[in-house]
Amino acid sequence: MAGALSDRHPLFVPLVLVGGVIFGFGLAFSHMARPEVVLNFLQFEDFGLLFVMFGGAAVTGLAFFVAPRALDRAPLTGDRFERRLKPFDRNVLVGGGIFGVGWGLSGICPGAAYASLGIGNVTILWAIAGMFLGAYAQGWWRSRTDTVDPAATGAD
Amino acid sequence: MVPELVPLQVAADLFPHGVDRYAIGGLLVGLGAAVIYVGTGISAGASTFLESTLSYVSGQSRFQQYVASRDWRLVFTLGIVLGAAIYAVVYQGGAWTTDVAWWRLLAGGVLVGVGTRVGKGCTSGHGVCGVGSASKTSLAGVLAFLATAILTAQVVAALGVTP
Repeated sequence: MAGALSDRHPLFVPLVLVGGVIFGFGLAFSHMARPEVVLNFLQFEDFGLLFVMFGGAAVTGLAFFVAPRALDRAPLTGDRFERRLKPFDRNVLVGGGIFGVGWGLSGICPGAAYASLGIGNVTILWAIAGMFLGAYAQGWWRSRTDTVDPAATGAD
Repeated sequence: MVPELVPLQVAADLFPHGVDRYAIGGLLVGLGAAVIYVGTGISAGASTFLESTLSYVSGQSRFQQYVASRDWRLVFTLGIVLGAAIYAVVYQGGAWTTDVAWWRLLAGGVLVGVGTRVGKGCTSGHGVCGVGSASKTSLAGVLAFLATAILTAQVVAALGVTP
């Protein structure tokens, strides 16, 4: 895949933008962009968040099923519709556990944080700054320790 | 209580704000990811943006693998902000700000930043796209972060930290 956007199909950038707009509108509409609503779910006061995650997964699941059967290749990149599965290893559980503590403390996850900025929540910049700090810290650490990626156990 | 009203009462307890906003919003989140997938074959997640954007300003070897995707990930994230802003203008009638304490947002953000990158995904990458593709890795990731998030939120609430 070419790196520069100028090498891409002219509709590549507009499509990614439109997809992002629908994605962000959905996050705001579902109130996931409000940390209070996420915290209410985690405290068992409102189970609506389950509908967001599984509603979203149902639609992507449909796309993952239909697209490879209806089209030979993705029209804007020429790439095949492959299942890009992430290998399972201990990091998935360790990282997921750390992510969960942060999510439970703040009510914020990456996509919802960007959407939260969009609904005018400037206070969320604390969380966005924190996420970049955390991502940088793990990158700094792993740039030193991961000379070789740990062997994946099983192909998903 | 009249027996046929019991299910309605249970629904009102579990979903005090109804389910429409959550179901419609969730379908749209999935639709946004689906539009990108059908057009490009890319399975989009929101958290890789953190590392890919850091590659603009940092020479750490860890971030270099995201140089090829960093431009479109920036576009995707700008789209998310713009889409939410459209919601705010059309439905919310102006800006909304959280009451959650700044230190919770900052500390939580740091842990989210470390955790999503070590754990290879977040609520959209694992939760929406990964679960949608029936990935066992993503299901394990979702269970791990849901369990610790619920535990953390309950402990924080029990300690009387509000908001």
